[in-house]
Order: sequence, then structure tokens, then C-alpha cells
Amino acid sequence: MTHRSEASSVTRSYTFSELMVAAAAREVRDGEIVFVGMRLPMLAFLVAKRTHAPRAVGLFENGIIREVPSSELLYTMGDPPNILGATQCGQMLDVMGFLQQGRVNVGFLGAAEIDRFGNLNTTWGHRNNEMQRLPGSGGACDIACLARRTIVLLAHDRGRLVDRVSHITSPGFGTGADWRRKHGLPPASGPSAVITTLGVLRFGHDGEAFLASVHPGVSVEEILANTGWTLRVAEELVETKPPSDAELDAMRELDPNHFWTR
Amino acid sequence: MNAESKLTSMRDAIAQHVPSGSMILMGAQLEQMIPFSAGHELIRQGRRDLTLVGPISDILFDQMIGAGCVSRVMAAWVGNVSAGVGYCYRRALERNIPRRIEVVDYSNFTIALALQAGAMGVPFMPTYATLGSDLLKKNGNLREFSSPVSEETLVAVRALRPDVAILHVQRADAQGNAHLWGSLGVAIDGAKASRKLIIVAEEIVESAIISSDPNRTLIPGFLVSAVVHEPGGAHPSPVQGYCGRDHAFFREYHERSRRVEDFEEWLSHWVLRVTDRHDYWKELGLARTSGLAVKEHALSAPADFGY
Repeated sequence: MTHRSEASSVTRSYTFSELMVAAAAREVRDGEIVFVGMRLPMLAFLVAKRTHAPRAVGLFENGIIREVPSSELLYTMGDPPNILGATQCGQMLDVMGFLQQGRVNVGFLGAAEIDRFGNLNTTWGHRNNEMQRLPGSGGACDIACLARRTIVLLAHDRGRLVDRVSHITSPGFGTGADWRRKHGLPPASGPSAVITTLGVLRFGHDGEAFLASVHPGVSVEEILANTGWTLRVAEELVETKPPSDAELDAMRELDPNHFWTR
Repeated sequence: MNAESKLTSMRDAIAQHVPSGSMILMGAQLEQMIPFSAGHELIRQGRRDLTLVGPISDILFDQMIGAGCVSRVMAAWVGNVSAGVGYCYRRALERNIPRRIEVVDYSNFTIALALQAGAMGVPFMPTYATLGSDLLKKNGNLREFSSPVSEETLVAVRALRPDVAILHVQRADAQGNAHLWGSLGVAIDGAKASRKLIIVAEEIVESAIISSDPNRTLIPGFLVSAVVHEPGGAHPSPVQGYCGRDHAFFREYHERSRRVEDFEEWLSHWVLRVTDRHDYWKELGLARTSGLAVKEHALSAPADFGY
């Protein structure tokens, strides 16, 4: 994740990563089942639990189900503090089964590349015309196929927001409307929001992304210049709300040294 | 004890059960209980042309690829979970260093289903996962088919039957009946799907301890070929109730595997010049190992099996 200079709100300063965590947390509604993931999404789940969504339930792909978030910062979902106090430690197929049944409301993903239809690539990248092998899907393809809403977090630059991904590791809306249905993916699934270091993108009925929200201090022109296709802009464009005191308190209590939110 | 003990050393377990060319399941519990000591013994014994199977492997697969033991990887994710990419994996795929390897890309769900199909003794398991993705296009073990009972397209995930699975567990008896808890991942199906199973245990206990809590017996001993008593064998990955995660070790590996010369030095220091896990543990040093000890035990409430 690239980090920009500190933005300032009226009351407290925060980093762009912290703004992304707060924006991600707000995508979780109370009582929802959440496929959590690591890094910023892990903090987002915690913030949601501590603020507006105390009844949200977290699923981890190693089989862990948590109603109470871990009390310590996690570097991986298998860290011992994520097991102590869990509601259940089952198998991977238990939580993947919930995902396939359609019980998982929201799943969080990171990505190396995303395109205008929300397709993600974490398998093969490019740098200076050389192919670069990335780690692969992990559970990302499963979440992208099966979660009711998928929220993607990534740094905003032209190398990452591209017109067409070269490899679809995790499908978004493919080439547009009806593509998911044609491929047999479940109805009411697919990308819902892309939270970047500059703004928030959402998707139209045609499956194409549009700019829905700009972060404080960021211009629309800056976002368009850093996007690899001609990004549509919402008629009712809004400014992303800065993190509240409660949101900042929650994420800083868990990550006081800004390990994930530098 | 009425059955023959399967207790053996790591050296003998690997020598007897894991020849070159084997398909091996490791890292079945994801970031916990990764059998690093077994992987290091495979490197020391010079195995070649291995096929590694696992959902994610953290840095164990990276090390074995860098050591030249591997010709094929069937996995969902290969890298360094808390630090980033796996440099040996990248070098092998981008530049054939130290050799060319083949990758069969899965997702976590589909590798779990492949092992479940193996565990169930059926040729495939169905799923909607990977529909529309390039994983489906490129992995020949994922095939679209029309459902015979509904008007739908699904993916058939071909069964995998690894030659051997290596699992690290908290405790087992000498026959391999094993208790494990915490992060289970694909361990149970993976053990059942594999033709042989090596259990590496933090503790060897009497069989009566195992049968006192049969719901926690996730591996029945009749599946097990060998039992190795090796506390700390999963370092730097954690073992719930026994050992913490050595985050710094993962960071150091990230730095020291960036260049091939540094990786070779790392490999020599931590694997090739080490005779066994006892020696490795001495090399880690007391300051480091004591920091990984359990700081506060958290025992579960006992379950009453009486009648």
C-alpha cells in the first residue's frame, strides 16, 4: 500500500490508510456475516464491530469464526490471538460452504490490478515489460465468485487501475452486464465498492465502475489522471467522510504503531 | 499399548516414506503448524522433482523451491504471508532459477474440494467457485459441466490423492491417533486423501489421553505411517498452546531471500549445516525461543463423556 502525506480533518489528522479502513468498515452492516481477510480489512472489521455493527460475525478462511475480534494485532489470520476466544474453529470447507450457500454478505479483497469491470489480477503482473509472478488467488477467487458483496482495497495508480486485467484471478463483472449470470455465478453477487487511496468507486447496472466519492483533499482530475481508463463520475459525487474519533480510536487501539496503516 | 509403535526420527520417516518424485501435502493448517522441520529434512536428503500441494504454504514452499527440490506446485497462494512475495517462487517462475517449475493455480476452496474428493473416494466435487476466472481456463483439474439434477453449470474439481501428507499436531499417541485444535484448514480431508501420512507431534501421550476426548481425535491412527516427536518442528509458524509465531523470522527471511546469493547463505545456515531440529533449536538461541513460549495458558473446559 502506498502512503501519502497526512490529510487533516477538523479535529484529528489521519493517514490515507486509516481513511480506507474507516470507509471499508462502513461497508459492513450490523448483523452481517463478513469474510474478513488480513491487513486493512482485518482492522475494518474491528472498527465496524466497535462502532455501528456490533453484531457482525467474522469468518476466516482457515475455518475460524469470531464474534469478538482478536484483542491483539494480527499479522496473519492463523496467529494465536485469532484462535483464543474464537466462537468456532472449523475446517476451511465449513466457511467456504457458508460462502457458497450465499450466507456471506460481504467479503474483503486486496489486489495488484483491477479493471473497469472490477475483475482482479493477483497472479501475473508486469513491470518494465517483464512478467512478474504474484502470489496467486488464495481465497480471493472464491470470495469474488460467491460473496454477495465484494469490497476491494488497493492503492490508486495507473499501473493498478487498468482498462483490462491481463489475467482474471478473481472475476468482477467480466465484460459487463449479464456476464456473471452467463458464466453461472450466483445472482446477487459481485463487486460492490473499490476503496482506493484517492476515492471510492462503485458499479453501475452495466457492470462498469464509476467514481462515487473522492477523499478529502483529492481532486477529481487527480483521480482521472491516475486511472487507466476513462472513469465515469457520478452525478451526485460526494466527499468521503473523514474517520470519526470512534473509528480512529478503534483502529489505533489495535494497531498503535501503525503497522498496517502507515 | 496393544499396537505397534510408529515412533521414529524425522530422518528415518523422510528416508522411508518420501522418495524423490512424490506428491506431498504440507501446510494444510494454513499459517499454523507448518511442518518446517520435515521440509528442511527433505532438502537435506536431496529430494528432487517433488510436487508440493497445499492451500497456502507461507515460506516453506518458497524455501523448497529455492533449494531445487520441486518440479511442480499445486496451490492457491505461494509467498510470505506477513511480509509479501516469495522471492524463490518468483525466480523459479520468471527466470527458471534454480530450475523450471510448473504451477497449477487453484483457489483455496478448490484445493480444499480436490482433497475432499480424495478423502471421499469420488472423482470430483462440484462448486460454483472459479466460474468465469482464468484459473478455470488454465487448470486442467477444474472442468465445467452441466448439472445432471438442475439447469446449471458448475465446476468439477478433480480429486487429488497426494502420495504423502505431513501434518504437525499438538499431541498424538505412538500409533498416530492425533489431537489437533485451532487452525484446521484442510488438514482432516488432506490426511484422509493422502496415501501415506506422517504425523509430527509436539507431545507423545498415552492412548488413554487421546480416547478421553474422542471429538478432538481428528486423525485416526490407522491412516498414519510414521509418528515423529519433534517439539518446535513448526517454527517459525505457531502451534496453538505450544509456541508463538516468530514474526521477525519471516521478515528476516524476506530480506535474506531477495537475492539468490543471500538465499543460499540463508539455506546453508538454517538448513544444510543443521543436523536436526534439536540443532536448529540451539541455533535459534534461548533469547529467541523463550520469547515464543506460551505466556498465558488458556485451557478449555473439560467435556464430560461419562454415562
